[in-house]
Amino acid sequence: MMLGTRVNFGWGRVVVITVLALAATVVPLPEPVEPFRPNFVALTVLWFCLLSPRLLGLSYAWIAGLALDGFAGVLLGQHALTLTVIAYVACKLRLQIRAFPPLQQSAVILALLWLNEFLLFWIDGIAGHAITDWRRWIPVPVSAALWPLVTVLYARFAPRR
Amino acid sequence: MSSHDSDPRPLLLGGPALGLRLLVFAAMAAGLMVADHRDHHLSAIRDGIATLAYPVQWAVQAPVQAWSAVRESFATRTRVEAENVRLASDNLVLRLKLLRYESLEQENQRLRAVRESSPRAVQRSLVAEILRVDLDPYRQRVLVNKGTLAGVFRGQAAIDADGIYGQVTRAGPLSGEVILITDPEHAIPVQVNRTGVRSIALGTGRAGLLSLPYLPQNTDVIVGDLLVSSGLGGVYPPGYPVAKVTAVVRDPGQPLLAVEAAPLAGLDRDPEVLLVWFDNAIVEPEPEAVAEAPAQAPAQPGPQPADAVATPAPGETP
Repeated sequence: MMLGTRVNFGWGRVVVITVLALAATVVPLPEPVEPFRPNFVALTVLWFCLLSPRLLGLSYAWIAGLALDGFAGVLLGQHALTLTVIAYVACKLRLQIRAFPPLQQSAVILALLWLNEFLLFWIDGIAGHAITDWRRWIPVPVSAALWPLVTVLYARFAPRR
Repeated sequence: MSSHDSDPRPLLLGGPALGLRLLVFAAMAAGLMVADHRDHHLSAIRDGIATLAYPVQWAVQAPVQAWSAVRESFATRTRVEAENVRLASDNLVLRLKLLRYESLEQENQRLRAVRESSPRAVQRSLVAEILRVDLDPYRQRVLVNKGTLAGVFRGQAAIDADGIYGQVTRAGPLSGEVILITDPEHAIPVQVNRTGVRSIALGTGRAGLLSLPYLPQNTDVIVGDLLVSSGLGGVYPPGYPVAKVTAVVRDPGQPLLAVEAAPLAGLDRDPEVLLVWFDNAIVEPEPEAVAEAPAQAPAQPGPQPADAVATPAPGETP
């Protein structure tokens, strides 16, 4: 990890964003809104991947995923695995994705988030407690719809040179 | 977004390095999952993350709690008066019951002494506050603000004023995770209070619904029957109310009854629960509840309900 040499990346800011995303994942919501909660951590990981894959690529995705597992109290390592996989795809295709117009970008994000949720669904099934409730898929389109907002919001935290 | 013009490294990421890193990270995650799922080896890592997460989780729900506290303190006089009247009448009823309870307990003690079996009543309890944090929305679990530092242990029973609530699945230093009896991974050994028939009540994942899939067609169970904990498995103290039977479906084509029950504890509205210690002198062997399920369901092809969560080792008391 080469930090701080060329890109003046505030690690404090990275930590703050990550903790905020984790907090937003567990903040209590009213019952009817609950299933619509966007997947904040996955959005954050994807955004960092597109922004700065060298500094905040797969290793960041893995650590954020592990933290999410601990926060939500699910099987340790499952989000670490799925987020690393989508981070890999995002890093691989980041130049294309960054060049896309917003709508197309959202479509790619939708596909990645769907992959993330599908892998989680798969792991749940293997671990023996599959959640077959269809509502578990709601956060995928909701998060993808939020993507343009995320890019605008997070751009304030982009590294200054 | 930023550009990296002066960066001498190649513009395109990828190649073997990125793929290799993916493999390494994926393998690490898979290893963690296997270790966590199999034997709960990772309690140290879990405890570490739980301790780091606790302040954030607490901070997240603090405003919600503060708001309800503020609303409480501005409660109107009439409401407080009404509540007072209700509590006074409740108190009267409870004291009447207590009069009978004391004599019954004496009698019970005498009878137990005759049979030389030790009583398994709750001896000590600890009030734990439920943090208003949304964990996985499709699992019935809650976070409480007491952990191993307060003596909480994995497999400890949690009850509330109306009945059995759940058990501790994870005890970090400062916080604990309680699995509700309605979680799909949870199974509790119960007994029909009226007839003494024993069975297992499984969680369904839906709040307010338990299912008892292992009762044969000829079992005497009717709507309205009270289910109490049988104490088998050693996790829950025996004789505490668990649920009321709400539906009994007798389909002659099926070997077993389909029985549904509604839990009595206020699973979705309790602000706090009691974590209990009870004298567990007669500890059944640990796999008792696991073995009981298939024994009562010879023709049940479905997945075995009881796993590690259903019957954690009762001997983990510090």
